[in-house]
Amino acid sequence: MLILPELYLILISIIFLFISLGKSKEKYIITTAKVMSYVGLIITVLSITEKGELFYQAYRIDLFSQLFKILIAMGLTLVISMFSEKDGIEKEYLPEYFMFLTLSSLGLMMLSSSVELISIIISLEISSYSLYVIVPLRRSQDATQIEASMKYLFFGAMSTGLMLYGMGYLYGVTGSTFISDIIPRFRLIIGQPFGIFALILTLTGIFFKLSLFPMHFWAPDIYEGSSNMTTTFIATLPKVAATALLIRLATIATPMHYNFVNVLIILSALSMTFGNIVGLVQRDIKRLLAYSGIAHAGYLMMGILTLNIDGIVSAIYYIAIYVFMTLACFFVIITISRQGENTTIDNLVGLSKRSPLLAMTLAVSAFSLAGIPPTGGFTGKFFLFTNAFRQGYLPIVIIGAVNAVIAIFYYLNLVRMSYSKEAIHYDVMKLSTHEKVICYVLIFIIIYMGVLPFGLMSLFKLMV
Amino acid sequence: MEQFLLMNTFSFPILSTTIFLPLVGAVLLFFIKNETAVKFIALITGVVNLILAFVLFSGFDPNTHNFQLGEFIPWIPSYNINYVLGVDGITVFLILLTALLTPICVLCSWTAIKERVKEFMFCILIMECAMIGVFCALDFILFYIFWEAMLIPMYLLIAVWGGPQRDYASIKFFIYTLFGSVFLLVAIIAVYLTTGSFSIPNAMYRDYSITFQIWVFLAFAIAFAIKVPMFPFHTWLPAAHTEAPTAGSVFLASVLLKMGTYGFMRFCLPITPKASQLFAPYFIILSLIGIIYGGYVCLSQTDMKKLIAYSSVAHMGFVTLGIFSFTLFGFEGALLQMLNHGVTTGALFLCVGIIYERTHSRQIFDNAGLGKIMPIYVGFFGLFSISSFAFPGTNNFIGELYVLLGIFKHHKIAGLFAIPGAVLAAAYMLRLLKQIVWGREDKRELADMNIREIIYLVPLCILVFWMGLFPMPFVATFEKTLAYLHNQLNVILR
Repeated sequence: MLILPELYLILISIIFLFISLGKSKEKYIITTAKVMSYVGLIITVLSITEKGELFYQAYRIDLFSQLFKILIAMGLTLVISMFSEKDGIEKEYLPEYFMFLTLSSLGLMMLSSSVELISIIISLEISSYSLYVIVPLRRSQDATQIEASMKYLFFGAMSTGLMLYGMGYLYGVTGSTFISDIIPRFRLIIGQPFGIFALILTLTGIFFKLSLFPMHFWAPDIYEGSSNMTTTFIATLPKVAATALLIRLATIATPMHYNFVNVLIILSALSMTFGNIVGLVQRDIKRLLAYSGIAHAGYLMMGILTLNIDGIVSAIYYIAIYVFMTLACFFVIITISRQGENTTIDNLVGLSKRSPLLAMTLAVSAFSLAGIPPTGGFTGKFFLFTNAFRQGYLPIVIIGAVNAVIAIFYYLNLVRMSYSKEAIHYDVMKLSTHEKVICYVLIFIIIYMGVLPFGLMSLFKLMV
Repeated sequence: MEQFLLMNTFSFPILSTTIFLPLVGAVLLFFIKNETAVKFIALITGVVNLILAFVLFSGFDPNTHNFQLGEFIPWIPSYNINYVLGVDGITVFLILLTALLTPICVLCSWTAIKERVKEFMFCILIMECAMIGVFCALDFILFYIFWEAMLIPMYLLIAVWGGPQRDYASIKFFIYTLFGSVFLLVAIIAVYLTTGSFSIPNAMYRDYSITFQIWVFLAFAIAFAIKVPMFPFHTWLPAAHTEAPTAGSVFLASVLLKMGTYGFMRFCLPITPKASQLFAPYFIILSLIGIIYGGYVCLSQTDMKKLIAYSSVAHMGFVTLGIFSFTLFGFEGALLQMLNHGVTTGALFLCVGIIYERTHSRQIFDNAGLGKIMPIYVGFFGLFSISSFAFPGTNNFIGELYVLLGIFKHHKIAGLFAIPGAVLAAAYMLRLLKQIVWGREDKRELADMNIREIIYLVPLCILVFWMGLFPMPFVATFEKTLAYLHNQLNVILR
């Protein structure tokens, strides 16, 4: 069964569709979701060795796609297992919520396997439409979630439009919608302004998912407006699939096409600088993480823009560690917030006394986001810097280095609030065993990826 | 690789054990509930590690300039990153010093730290692991990881257990140091792309182009000058020192500052000799400014910890002066001075910690006039203060003498400017000592030092005299390494 993970996700969403028709207890639904997501992870891991092509070569299953699927399944499992009853989703919409969450993951998984323009668009839209639906599903007094969903819908539609426009050019020039056909024919004209224009337009839809600089406007508002759970999902998984797609599409160009590379360098530099500088003044942690995500998209581009295997491997490594460190950060936010409301920096005060383990999880993920060894954030950045430097892109390395210093201000602020500020009165938070396990798992992964990267690196190298 | 690295002669990996034993101890702490047991486990770990450090020292051969007791394990082969450890004459004493100070820090926090004892001891042990790791690492990436990993426990030591302004001080410390480190990382990558390996010995004494050397030197120098700290980059130091708990101040002064000067000796001189020589005049000037400026600022301090912190700026000025004199005397003096400063200033911070526990004030006036109340304390304090301004017969005298000999040989005018610094040191330390001993007449009830406090000051006391009166064993141990460094520089720079 080549597409067993995808079929399984469809099965989950159908099951939730049926659950939504009847009436069931909240707790029961959540437990079902958790158990099914674990099974999904196991199925995806077991299908790692599958190889093959489906649907007239439009859908390729290889190590590359399977590893991305595992990453997506891991992310989905972690996101769902972070879910708790207090999480601010209206009770009656809970089954639908899980249905769309799995459907969106399905779209993302399909995206990592698609090697043809139409199937790319279809999978992208499957995942996006589900997200458009779940963004407004939030128990809240004001209308920020409606604002968020409208913005997400409009920006999303616009970026898809631009992407289709670019793809139209790709098809028009090469006469094929298969990436393997496009690559040799399109490389001939990519040096011309027209070629760059077409390729960049095509990439726009991916930039949107990654929240890279010119397509980043939605991120802060949507992060702030949607429920903590939804934000956790949006902030991590779509970026994984977007990276897979970005690698497929951007490698149409080669390092020789320096005009195209220059555009990517500029986008990368602007994205990290903008994200970090605006991040400095944020009080709402979700907004802060939105800007942090914009900055990290810039870092990720440093790996892509080398357009060679080592650089791309380091980009994959970086997106993997990014998922885990962001999940760790969001987990702390979700756990702190009582009724699913947004968490501001001031809510962190005295966290190290309220719950030492949560404070440690936050500290590890913040240090990792900031790129301080021995965490995975450092190792990932180090690979990115080395590869960009090796290709001779010294300016972007220096900009990246300076940005790492700017970013430390707000990441450190998170740690500072939880460790060196004392709350006047505080109550100790009790974590359940399940929550403790998530903390330990995330801390372990972040440190492991920081200290022993070689196994994963060689695995990623195999897949490219 | 093998030509630089003499492999380990022990039956077990001695360096790895010394580095990671504290880590094991730290992890062990997590499983213990009782606070007294936590303290004892931390202490035992520290002492065992000190014994290990002595074992390491017994296996050290002073007759070679090569790196010794080496360990080599491939780590990330695709990037040519290896787990390489080794010691030479420069680092062996710094490792001993670190291992000596850790149990002392545990002892000095025995009653001073009242809350979150477990986490505190955890941070102390992680610090020890990272600090020894920095001195042993012979691979750039390994070095960088230890170098940065040290920041986190140090930040937490200041931010959680620090004084009233710990928030400001800890952030400033962290960001300042990180700013420097990022340039260090870029320089490391640049060196890697040129040599094709992250091995530190492999990068030394190579024929790089002068522009490459200048850029790499500057990137290194920013990182290390912040850490030392040299004159314009010193502003994080008084804040961090003043707000840190005693153990934190001791680690900061005695070990962390040494990493800057160690960096100059290990990286700047051998990897970028020509650029180092080119910039040496500027660094000498900055060192002189640091010495004199530090001295003057000390004269006006009313806070004991701040005074000692600024005196560190002046003392470290002597170290950088010795390094950039490019003479063998200068190098030896600089290394001696690094050790001396570690012993003396560490001891002075411990003394301030002892009195702070009793009066809860760091102000000189509040702690003045202790001569009759706490005679033992004043005895120790007096010894360490006169050692601090390089009184003959104490350790600092030898170090400063060597540095001055070196700098006079290098440049007479520069030497002349260093002399007032030495005089200023006498002025501010004697002023402090006078106040502490005779400054007030009124009678107060303060308990004199107890056995625990005497126990941890005595080893430092012995070192003050030993290094002051018989420095030969110390010099003999690192002479070969420094002579080799000096020769190599002479060959390249001629």
